[in-house]
Amino acid sequence: MSLSPDAPTPLDGVAAAAPAAWRAEVARWTPSLWVGAALLLGLVLAGIGAPWLTPWDPLRQDYGAALQAPSAAHWFGTDSLGRDVFARALYAIRIDLAIGFWTTYVPMAIGVLIGAYAGLVGGLFDTVLMRVIDVALALPFLVLIIVILAILGPGTRNIYIAVFLVGWTMYARLARAEMLVEREKDYLLAARTLGYSRTRVLLRHALPNILNASIVFSVSDFILNILLVSGLSFLGLGVPPPTPEWGAMVADGKAFMQQAWWIATLPGLVIVLTGVALSLIGDGLTHRLGDRHVTGH
Amino acid sequence: MWLLRFVAVRLLQAVPVLLGVTLIVFLAIHLVPGDPVQMMLQGRATEATLAAYREKLGLDRPLAMQYLRFVVDAVQGDLGTSILQRVPVARVIGERLGVSLALLGFAALLSVVLAVPLAVLAAARRQRLADHLIRLGGTVAFAMPSFWIGLLLILFFGLQLRWFPISGAGSGFADRLHHLFLPALTIALFLAPLLIQSLRAAMLEVLTAEYVEVARAKGLGEGRVLLKYVLRGALVPVVTILAVNIGWLVSGSVIVESVFSVAGLGMLLVHAVSTRDYPVIQGLTVVFAVLVLAVNLLADLAYALIDRRARVA
Repeated sequence: MSLSPDAPTPLDGVAAAAPAAWRAEVARWTPSLWVGAALLLGLVLAGIGAPWLTPWDPLRQDYGAALQAPSAAHWFGTDSLGRDVFARALYAIRIDLAIGFWTTYVPMAIGVLIGAYAGLVGGLFDTVLMRVIDVALALPFLVLIIVILAILGPGTRNIYIAVFLVGWTMYARLARAEMLVEREKDYLLAARTLGYSRTRVLLRHALPNILNASIVFSVSDFILNILLVSGLSFLGLGVPPPTPEWGAMVADGKAFMQQAWWIATLPGLVIVLTGVALSLIGDGLTHRLGDRHVTGH
Repeated sequence: MWLLRFVAVRLLQAVPVLLGVTLIVFLAIHLVPGDPVQMMLQGRATEATLAAYREKLGLDRPLAMQYLRFVVDAVQGDLGTSILQRVPVARVIGERLGVSLALLGFAALLSVVLAVPLAVLAAARRQRLADHLIRLGGTVAFAMPSFWIGLLLILFFGLQLRWFPISGAGSGFADRLHHLFLPALTIALFLAPLLIQSLRAAMLEVLTAEYVEVARAKGLGEGRVLLKYVLRGALVPVVTILAVNIGWLVSGSVIVESVFSVAGLGMLLVHAVSTRDYPVIQGLTVVFAVLVLAVNLLADLAYALIDRRARVA
């Protein structure tokens, strides 16, 4: 058996098939998915490229230039410390999108695995899990997060901990419900009858088919988590100053609403833009994944 | 008779959930580093005074006994004493409960008033311009943070037009409505898109139901079919949808109360967290959980009542 560099390997087929599969996938995208994805990509690039898009340093204070109205030099005006509001809103993309992303997809990974496992095995584990979820859902999400932050103290790291502790429950409930339907289907019965291990049945066979509901839900959750982080920062419990963060910027501007409307209002537009981009992606994904189930890989 | 049994079963189901909530909050707060008595006396006390206070508050007993006492006291309406204000937590919460309930009720009402006509329009003109515009508006409204909307409303209707007061909760019925209109509208703008989406889907389902087909076959105009049959059939889910979203309603009120300086439970929570007044945080958590469970129970009850009558008819 020769293993010369140019001998075909099994992986070659995958590599050749990947672009074709990707093209087929993209061909199924709805217009809203396209527009949403383009908007989100634009925002991500603007966040990464912030140093090239604005000459201003988001942290540099200049009391001589405080509370200036929007102009050609300062597109969103300046705040009470003379910092450029546009630069701060732009750099804040890095903070808010990153926190929103991780506070959505880490809990999703944990929740889907726990929920799917509970749905598959049932029994005591399932019963205990459902009671824990009942307790978590008996409290409004924001209240629960604020109570955890009261104990841990405010700050970015503790927001992550708080959301990781609570956020998985929705996904666990969702994945469990999907699994209860899926486990009765022939292919899973076959896999279990063949004596495959639980891990294999769960990860290789069931997971690809129960993931869609969570993916569709995760996009709304992403928006809600961005609103959560900016809301907590608005209340003074989130990202600490002087880090540029949308909610904290709006809170900064609240005291100057009458003299300088731009400080509080313009950063909010970027939040809305981000939310709309994600909403459009969510709409598109609902269309794309909604009632159908993934069959292949 | 079924009604009594229904309520009894639901109440019994709520008990373990409430016990779970109290246990988690109790344990979490006892994990906090720092001695509550020292915090209460602000570190200006001798060892003997500290010990006396600990005994008085029962903090010298085993944790399990403390929890048991907390639950027994809570059932009797005693939620402990506020560290900061030195008054019973139940009284502090009681004073502010009315304002928050008024805000939540008003917000729920406004969101229904906003959502029902728009959902009817969207369902009637499905896949046409009005439907698309309503969906787009909902998408944008859902993405708007409530603290931001609140400030925009203050800027425009409060500071520019001077139609509404920009802070406080007012006194007396009319004055309170006047004060709470903008805060309630802020919450409703977030909630209405969720309602419109579910209502539109519910109405489209009814639109294809057999009895509606029959009504059409009898020659009733589309407008009459819509109002007389479809809306009535779709209104039932409104109660359920509102109850499912009670958590978001309460979450919204916490932020909105801070924006408009409405002295309700949400502002109390934020204040208690920033001053580390743990007995107040603990009491508020229990009250919020009771509120969510009570609203869900009432919604289930309303649904069962409507459903039963529908079955009898």
